[in-house]
Amino acid sequence: MSDVLITNGRVVDPATSLDEIADIHLTDGSIARIGTGLSVAGAEIVDVTGAVVAPGLVDMHTHLREPGREDEETIATASAAAAAGGYTAICAMPNTDPVQDSASVVDQVWASGREAGLVEVVVSGALSKGLKGERMADLGEMAGSAARVRLFTDDGHGVQDALFARRVMEYLVSVDGIYAEHCEVEALAAGGQMHEGETSHRLGLRGIPAEAEELMAARDIALAKMTGCRLHLLHVSTAGTVELVRRAKSDGLHVTCEATPHHFTLTDATLEGYDPMCKVNPPLRPARDRAAVIEGLKDGTIDAIATDHAPHAQQEKDQEFSYAPPGLVGLETALALTITELVDPGHLTLAVAVERLSTTPARILGLDGHGSLATGRPANLVVFDPAAEWMVDPMKLRSKSRNTPFAGRTLKGKVLHTFFNGKQTVTAGEVVRGALV
Amino acid sequence: MIGKHLLSMNQLTAHDITQILDTAESLRRVTDRPIKKLPTLRGRTVCNLFYEASTRTRISFELAAKRLSADVINFSADSRSSVAKGESFKDTAWTLEAMGVDAIIVRHGSSGAPHQLAQWVDAHVINAGDGAHEHPTQALLDLFSIRERFKEIEGLKVAIVGDIIHSRVARSNVKGLITMGAEVTLVGPATLIPREAASWGATITHQLDPLLEDLDVCYLLRVQKERQNEQLFPSLREYANLWGLDARRMSKMKADALVMHPGPMNRGVEIAAEVSESPRSIILDQVANGLAVRMSLLYLMLGSNEGIDA
Ligand SMILES: [Zn+2]
Repeated sequence: MSDVLITNGRVVDPATSLDEIADIHLTDGSIARIGTGLSVAGAEIVDVTGAVVAPGLVDMHTHLREPGREDEETIATASAAAAAGGYTAICAMPNTDPVQDSASVVDQVWASGREAGLVEVVVSGALSKGLKGERMADLGEMAGSAARVRLFTDDGHGVQDALFARRVMEYLVSVDGIYAEHCEVEALAAGGQMHEGETSHRLGLRGIPAEAEELMAARDIALAKMTGCRLHLLHVSTAGTVELVRRAKSDGLHVTCEATPHHFTLTDATLEGYDPMCKVNPPLRPARDRAAVIEGLKDGTIDAIATDHAPHAQQEKDQEFSYAPPGLVGLETALALTITELVDPGHLTLAVAVERLSTTPARILGLDGHGSLATGRPANLVVFDPAAEWMVDPMKLRSKSRNTPFAGRTLKGKVLHTFFNGKQTVTAGEVVRGALV
Repeated sequence: MIGKHLLSMNQLTAHDITQILDTAESLRRVTDRPIKKLPTLRGRTVCNLFYEASTRTRISFELAAKRLSADVINFSADSRSSVAKGESFKDTAWTLEAMGVDAIIVRHGSSGAPHQLAQWVDAHVINAGDGAHEHPTQALLDLFSIRERFKEIEGLKVAIVGDIIHSRVARSNVKGLITMGAEVTLVGPATLIPREAASWGATITHQLDPLLEDLDVCYLLRVQKERQNEQLFPSLREYANLWGLDARRMSKMKADALVMHPGPMNRGVEIAAEVSESPRSIILDQVANGLAVRMSLLYLMLGSNEGIDA
C-alpha cells in the first residue's frame, strides 16, 4: 500500500487530546505518525489547509432498509451516503425484513456491508424475535457470530413488558451486550402523530406525550440498576429524559444515550404546515426540550449524536400527514447540522462535537478501529471545512431516499475527504465508487 | 381580503368575517327569489373532494356552487384504497389539477390534508372539515346564525360544551368567536378538553350549571358513543347527567339565550329532545344558513366583480 500525507490540517482528536495544525502520515491503512513538517518520499500529498482532520464519524443509529425495502435504501447506498457525510462506521438497526434477530441475518448484513466497502457496517441485533417483545431473539448466537453483535434493540418499538425487559437485561450481561431502548410506552403514544402539547392540540393532531418516553426511560434505568446491564437510550428527545440520564450517571450507573440532529435543530413548531417530512418518532419537541437536549450534549449527559437515518420512499411521504411514515434521512446532514446548530452558536467546541460524533459512539460500540487518531490505529478519518456553506438539495443526496426536512437550508460544514481503513472513500466531496471492493 | 384558500379561521380578520357574513346576507335574498341562480361562476368548475362521508356538508357546498352557476364534480375518495392501488394523496391532487378545476372543497379525516393540498395545486382550496383540526365554514355559518339573532357578536357569552379535544367545529368556532369579540368558555370533563386550550383565548371550566344564567349561546358538541369505550368518561348516562343540556338546565338560561348544535345530534346525550325542539334552538337555521355562507365564500373567493344584484 502506498503512503499518504495529509498536510496542514487542524487535527482534532479528543481521544488523544489533540487539537493543533499538523500533518498525518498514513501507511498500510494505518496512522503512522502525526507531526509538523512531515515529509515522506513518494507519498501522495493531500493538502487540507484550512480544514479540520478528525476521526471518522460513527453513527450508532442507521436504518439501512436492506434486507426488505431495497427500493428505499440499500446497504451500498447507505454506505455511500455515510461516507459522503464523513462516517467510517454506521450501526445497522435491526428492523429489516427479515428482522435482524438471528445469526444468519446479522451475518448477511455484515457481509453485505463488507462488500459495499465504504464504511464499517456494524450490525445490531433485535432484543426479541420479530421485534414483538415476547420471545428473546438469538442474543448469544448473534453476539458470537461473524458480525459480533454488541448492541441489541427493538428500535421502532419500546419493550412494553417490564418482566421481558428485565430478563433480556439479565441475559445480556452474560453475553456482554448493550440493551438499547426506543423509549415509548405504546399505551400513551398510540395513534400519536407529533408531540402532545399546545401545537398538536391546535393542529388537531393526536399527540405523543413526553411522558411516553420518560416513563420507559425511568423503568429501564431502574432495571439497569437492578440487573447491572449496560443500557443505552436511543434518540432521547425530552428534558425529562435528559434529566433522568443525568441522575443515573451521577448515581454511577452504566447508562449512555444519544440524540439526533433533528431534535437539537427543530421544534414541534415546524409541524405548523403539516409537512410529512417533519414527521418523526420520537417527535420533534418544544423549544424547552430542544434546549435540554443541547444542554445534555454540552455537559456530556448525552454521549453521542446519532442520525436515526430513516429512508422512506417519496410516495409514502406524499400521503396525508396522518398516514405518512415517521422518519428522515440524516447521514449527509449530521455533521453540518452539528456545526451550524451547536458549534457555531458556541454550545459545543469543535473538539466536543467530534467527541459526540465519533469518539464516544466508537467507545460505546467497542470499535477499536474508530474514534481515534492514535498512532498505529486504522486510518479512519474525515477531513471537513468547518466554514464552507452549502445548500441541502434532496436530489443531490447519495441516499436512495430524499426525505429530509432540511431541503433548501444553508448549512455550514462540508466534508472534503473521508478515509476508511486508509483508503479514500470520499475525495473533494465526491464518493469514490468501489473504493475497497 | 380573504386569501386564496380557506384552510383555517386563523386566516380571517374580523373585517373578513364581516364581509363574508354581509355577502351571505345579500346572497340569501337571491335564494328567496323564484329563479335562485346567479351567473357569477359560469364556466368555473368546483370539485367536492370528500374522503369522509358527509352528505349534509357536500350537498350544501354543491348547491351553493350550482346557485352561482358553477359546474360541480363530486369526488368521493378513500385514502386507504387509493394507496393500496399505489396512488398517493399527491397523485390525486395532481389529477384534479390536470382536469383544470378552479376550486377544491376538501373534507378529510386527516388533520392538515387541506394544507397539504393547497401546496400542490393552483386551484383554490376550501377546508370542509379536516380531522380534529378545523371546519371553517361551519364556524362561519354559526357566526352568521348568531349575528342574525343578536345583531352583534362582540361581548356575547358563549359556552362550547363537550368533546372539544376531538372537535374541528370547536377549534374553528373558538377562533371565529374570539376574533369577533365574544367571550368563549369551554366546558366539559378534563379528558375532553386540551390542557393547553387556555392559549386559544378561551376560559376552561368543568361545570356547566354555574354558567347557565349568564350565557347568550350554549353550543353543544356531538359526543360520539365510541368515546366512552376510550375511557374518556364513565358512561353516556353520566355524561348526560353532568354536561347534557336538558329542560331543567335550559330553564336557567336567559329568555333570549340560544341553543346551537352542529349536528348530527345524539338526543338524550348532549342534548335532550325537548331542548332541540324548543324555540331557543336554532339548529335548523344553522343548516339553512350554511348554504348562504358557502355561496358567499365561493362568490368572494372565485367570483369576478359582478354585483350581487346583477
Ligand atoms: Zn427509534
